[in-house]
Amino acid sequence: MSQATAMPVKSSGLDGMLIGLICILGAFWSLMAAARGVDPQMVAHGWLMLGGFIIGLVLVVNAYSANGRVEETGLYHDNVIKAGAIATMFWAVVGLLVGVVIALQLAWPNIFYFEQFGFLNFGRLRPLHTSAVIFAFGGNALIATSFYVVQRTSRARLAGGLWPWFVFWGYQFFIVIAASGYVMGVTQAQEYAEPEWYADIWLTLVWVAYLMVFLGTLWKRKEPHIYVANWFYLAFIVTIAVLHLVNNLSIPVDPFGSFSYRVFSGVQNALTQWWYGHNAVGFFLTAGFLGIMYYFIPKRVERPVYSYRLSIVHFWTLIFIYIWAGPHHLHYTALPEWAQTLGMTFSVMLWMPSWGGMINGLMTLSGAWDKLRTDPVVRMMVVSVAFYGMSTFEGPLMSIRAVNALSHYTDWTIGHVHSGALGWVGMISFGAIYCMVPWLWKKKGMWSRALIEWHFWLATLGILLYIAAMWPSGITQGLMWRAYNDLGFLEYSFIETVEAMHPYYIIRAGGGLLFLAGAILMAFNMYKTITGDVSETEDEVTPQPRAIPAE
Amino acid sequence: MADTPQKPSFHQKFFEKNSLILTLGVVVTISIGGIVEIAPLFYLNSTIEEVEGVRPYTPLELMGRQIYMREGCYNCHSQMIRPLRDEVERYGHYSLAAESMYDRPFQWGSKRTGPDLARVGGRYSDEWHRDHLIHPQSVVPESIMPPYAFLQDAVLDYSTITAHLRVNQFLGVPYSDEAVENAVADLEAQVDEFSSGYDDLIARYPGAQIRNFDGNAEVITEMDALIAYLQVLGTMVDFSTYSPDAEANQR
Repeated sequence: MSQATAMPVKSSGLDGMLIGLICILGAFWSLMAAARGVDPQMVAHGWLMLGGFIIGLVLVVNAYSANGRVEETGLYHDNVIKAGAIATMFWAVVGLLVGVVIALQLAWPNIFYFEQFGFLNFGRLRPLHTSAVIFAFGGNALIATSFYVVQRTSRARLAGGLWPWFVFWGYQFFIVIAASGYVMGVTQAQEYAEPEWYADIWLTLVWVAYLMVFLGTLWKRKEPHIYVANWFYLAFIVTIAVLHLVNNLSIPVDPFGSFSYRVFSGVQNALTQWWYGHNAVGFFLTAGFLGIMYYFIPKRVERPVYSYRLSIVHFWTLIFIYIWAGPHHLHYTALPEWAQTLGMTFSVMLWMPSWGGMINGLMTLSGAWDKLRTDPVVRMMVVSVAFYGMSTFEGPLMSIRAVNALSHYTDWTIGHVHSGALGWVGMISFGAIYCMVPWLWKKKGMWSRALIEWHFWLATLGILLYIAAMWPSGITQGLMWRAYNDLGFLEYSFIETVEAMHPYYIIRAGGGLLFLAGAILMAFNMYKTITGDVSETEDEVTPQPRAIPAE
Repeated sequence: MADTPQKPSFHQKFFEKNSLILTLGVVVTISIGGIVEIAPLFYLNSTIEEVEGVRPYTPLELMGRQIYMREGCYNCHSQMIRPLRDEVERYGHYSLAAESMYDRPFQWGSKRTGPDLARVGGRYSDEWHRDHLIHPQSVVPESIMPPYAFLQDAVLDYSTITAHLRVNQFLGVPYSDEAVENAVADLEAQVDEFSSGYDDLIARYPGAQIRNFDGNAEVITEMDALIAYLQVLGTMVDFSTYSPDAEANQR
């Protein structure tokens, strides 16, 4: 730990100046929006954003308070990662809770809808759920772990002074604008791209800062090579920037109005949106979390990554093929058939790199398989990779046109995304946080291993209930829609197929509730680990004094 | 690492040494698919079928569409009938790309928790829609749709309608200058069968349905706009002019 001596030095302060300027300009625009907004949503958002920018400005000024800005120069910048870990857990609970609420709404509409609270209807809460789990929970997990991993594998402190904090708080600010917008009815009405133009512009700014912090840290690295996890993080950051910019091209109705029109329309809009939508899965929910897999599994089991060559092949083929897969969301639609066929072909091919990655993750346990029995965190991450393998087999299957004719528009798709989202993304993030928390807060381990065990089993059982309900639900509905009676008429009216879903919707809500319960146990465990006494724990983690390049 | 080569590989020397080359490699790799797959849709004439009857939305329908989007209807209702036997029998003629060519954004949807709405226009009466939106279970007892009773009391805010049309016009939707200038008048005329603007509205938007949609003539509500939008869905195309086997429509 020779370089770990924390030496406070005076900073040039350009970072703080620029962030302060951003806050001032933002506050000015927000004030204008609050005063001149053409719709009530814009006015409300104007005030909200004004508050956010003023708080930001206060934080920046505070950093300069004692005669000039002083910067810590310890080996690693960990405070922003600590904040990120807490934010990840917070948004996990919020996102899962909203998920349980909307599941209950579909199971018991008479109990969970209120005529006087129209803004709590399913249509407004569903984007809140998807954005909260994907972008708030998943995004915070990615930002926090990428900051952790890039420092350790580069043996360099995060670049950019205050910029990592700008990325963290800027991202939370984006989430609050987007989420409050959904409830007020501000939406682009494109799945997973609902935030309106001003939130999009803000996210672009935050994302560029994120890319620069990440690249800047790589430039300072003392390791000769860039570690494999960082390739995946980098591909995730760069590609999401491209997708976000292209898919959100739009023109606002008024510079102080909350609504905008897409530059692309109809069929072109549809393919651009699903090129974005599927690669939000491919790069946000896959490539980024593969970065987590490639660092945290080798670390936790203290084994090198199974195959270096496989990781190279895995990386390039995965990012090349994924980008083509979008049209499988538009089978049998008005999208020209050649585009559908191209999308299907690449989706089926995608099976191979995906399983290459799964094998690379699983086989890293070679020689350490006993840890599955003894360490619930390892078990969690391995189950996660297993779910990754399962979802990436199911995905190509569902992208075949004949299968898609049945599965599309049904709950089968919902089951599929949740085996990926709860199983793969959720479990690998939980595993990574269970690893990181003791390392960051310098504790012996998590406060209670029993609670981790409980979390593992609640989550696994919850996922199984969820997907075991959605498969039969989706296939039943798909088959009922196309059923004919002896006279050659359609056998079921639409509403009969809705009625048939009722028992499955109840089971699904139960599964979601178990998964949420597990996350709440984790939040409690994390709280006790951070604040409490962890001198005696069964969950002993190896201390991480410095990075050992795993490659 | 058993399989790490002794000599540094090309990948190690090139991509793993220089983050900018790695970044560039990623950008090039991900661009190929998008360019080959998406770009042709913008210049291939066969992307959108040749068919008559599709017109831009009237100002009232456009506002109704805003409410459809605001309430997140697309989360449960698709607007895309696939050319499958059961769908065509259940919902009507399969959807054409031409039918959503002025839709920004498209609302094809991805999930049918409720039925497809691509051709819901004209299927039910205005009264049915009103009752259904106020309390869905009153007309479909097993429905799991939430109530939208608040729409009947919400006064429609159309103060920005001219700007809405102007932006659409700028983006290439064929609204005439006259249509943009008269957006407010056209919107108000559509809820009143005895309005002096009736003929102008019909001239600008052939086939527009003009009546009071929510049964409340005193004020234009969000219910008016939403029902006007629902009643136009899927009704524009004149299918007698569409021949699926024509060469221009082979796609």
